[in-house]
Amino acid sequence: MKEIYLDHAATTHVDPRVKAVMDKYWTEEFGNPGSFHTAGLRALRALNAARASVARVLNCIPEEVIFTGSGTESINTAIKGVFRANKAKGKHIITSTVEHHAVLETCEYLEKHEGAEITYLPVDRYGQVKPETLEKAIRPDTILISIMYANNEVGTINHIAALAAVAKKHRVLFHTDACQAGGVLDIDVKKLGIDLLSINGSKIYAPKGVGILYVRRGVPIHPLIHGGGQEFRMRSGTENVPCIIGFATALELAHQEREAENARLTVLRDTLIKGVLSTVPKTFLNGHPTERLPNNVNISFMDIEGEALLLYMNEHGVCASTGSACTSKSLDPSHVILALGLPYEASHGSIRFTLGKNTTEAGIGKVIEVLPDIVQKLRHLSPVNLKMEDVLPQEKVQEIKTFQGAP
Amino acid sequence: MSIELKPVAHADVKAKKDAAELEEWFYTDIVKDHFFNPRNIFKTQAEVDGYRPDGVGMVGSPACGDMMKMWIKVDKATDQLIECKWQTFGCGSAIASTSMLSVMLTENGGMPVEKALQLKPQDIVKRLVDLPARKFHCSVLGDKALRAAINDYFRKSGQDARVVVEGAKVIDKILKITDKDIEEAVLEGAVTLEDVQKKTKVGAQDKSCIPEVEQLIRFYREKYFGGKQ
Repeated sequence: MKEIYLDHAATTHVDPRVKAVMDKYWTEEFGNPGSFHTAGLRALRALNAARASVARVLNCIPEEVIFTGSGTESINTAIKGVFRANKAKGKHIITSTVEHHAVLETCEYLEKHEGAEITYLPVDRYGQVKPETLEKAIRPDTILISIMYANNEVGTINHIAALAAVAKKHRVLFHTDACQAGGVLDIDVKKLGIDLLSINGSKIYAPKGVGILYVRRGVPIHPLIHGGGQEFRMRSGTENVPCIIGFATALELAHQEREAENARLTVLRDTLIKGVLSTVPKTFLNGHPTERLPNNVNISFMDIEGEALLLYMNEHGVCASTGSACTSKSLDPSHVILALGLPYEASHGSIRFTLGKNTTEAGIGKVIEVLPDIVQKLRHLSPVNLKMEDVLPQEKVQEIKTFQGAP
Repeated sequence: MSIELKPVAHADVKAKKDAAELEEWFYTDIVKDHFFNPRNIFKTQAEVDGYRPDGVGMVGSPACGDMMKMWIKVDKATDQLIECKWQTFGCGSAIASTSMLSVMLTENGGMPVEKALQLKPQDIVKRLVDLPARKFHCSVLGDKALRAAINDYFRKSGQDARVVVEGAKVIDKILKITDKDIEEAVLEGAVTLEDVQKKTKVGAQDKSCIPEVEQLIRFYREKYFGGKQ
């Protein structure tokens, strides 16, 4: 049975072109960029070229790019690092309720162990943070704002430039978790007007175990990892040269090809959304209808539970997810779905399909073909039979009706 | 030459606990069989509507993510369960557990009502051979739904004296948290007092109840997980 992989937001395969570029850095060009000999020098040159390439995509200088071990590490460095370097100024951090656990858990840690005060901004029913909501939350002791670029579960894109402008006006540092946006959206840091940005490799067809943190020159920040002083003293430890080269190559490729690929994925995404919503009764889309990642589809199925649906789909070779990969093992409903204002009754059956390079029209067609029967079978086993208009917020019901009326 | 990385068996308790976190989510063949081919279910809605059970029980709610409904028929002469139908809203293991429970109740001519009342979640888990530890709590609703159905049967057949009342004892006097809440938290995987507090907020204000809470955690860990951490 052919596997239809629709979980690209969890991780992507490594692009064969990326792997080819990386290959010799495992066994031949294995030098340590810090060594004082030609083998080390060759590695240093390759590392510098990778950094310059990432800097071009971000429209920054190479010294502002720090290579890390993951998106999570970049986020931890950004939040803990800025907090620790600025706590004399204040201890207040602002973030949103729908952030990835890498942000939420880091904030929670600082709150519990280092005296930080955290404000979690609510989002609208699509998952967006409103600039006016942000502005109201800023205090004289606010030192950092961290808002995600695009949501990993429902794919909603935030207006980062507008949010960053609010931060700038109040002279507060702004970090964005761009782990789902890298390679897909514009990550020109000058245009966005941000101070820090995190991206990881495992979502952009680069290998796992590598990420970057952009830190604008002059931003006061402490490192998490101390030692030999690599990465401008921001991330000690011998550089992971092969993966860094893979990351830079993948990001370069993604940004060369993103327009065409985004257009292709948007068509497939909308085919999947329309296909499911029109063939399976009592379903609705989560997140923004248009301001969403070109590869994200998040649909709620009433009266059934997400994991059971996932298992049945897996039997048909369809790999999808409930919420983020981190939460699919836990039973609590997704914090993102709840933050959109959905009641608990309607929050256990959301499924995320995330498309990618190897997603085809035929694959999407297969999903639309198998889903109605699976859902019907599980609903038949379920004692729950809720009416959408009874449990969903009024505006959501209206949105669903509007969609059904559309051609 | 190629080498394969193999998992190792852990000797000490701490390592075992860490290993449980890496546990594969894949279900065993028996669980999968019951999930994909559920037994004793209604084939059509007409069948549901036309069914004449001796007792019906329902527990859980769609809001908490698990809900179960059970219909039973009892042979009054022998006091044995002869038929059991069910519906479950929940994850794969909740569905498989209910299916397995329905088989256990009706096989070999049916289970005596008194014996059915004694069924514990681990009896179902044992028959499913191996349910991932974090999924253990999914099998708990089954026996609760069954007891609710049996009580319904007792009431409908005028055997009120046999109705089994499941009481809960308030432990945290301020937040009104009961031993059932603590039991639930342990079944959801809580091991330490901190885990249970994260789920229930028990003892947040009423600190005097903490020793009793700790005792209950040990008791339920012992009861459901044989004391193994």
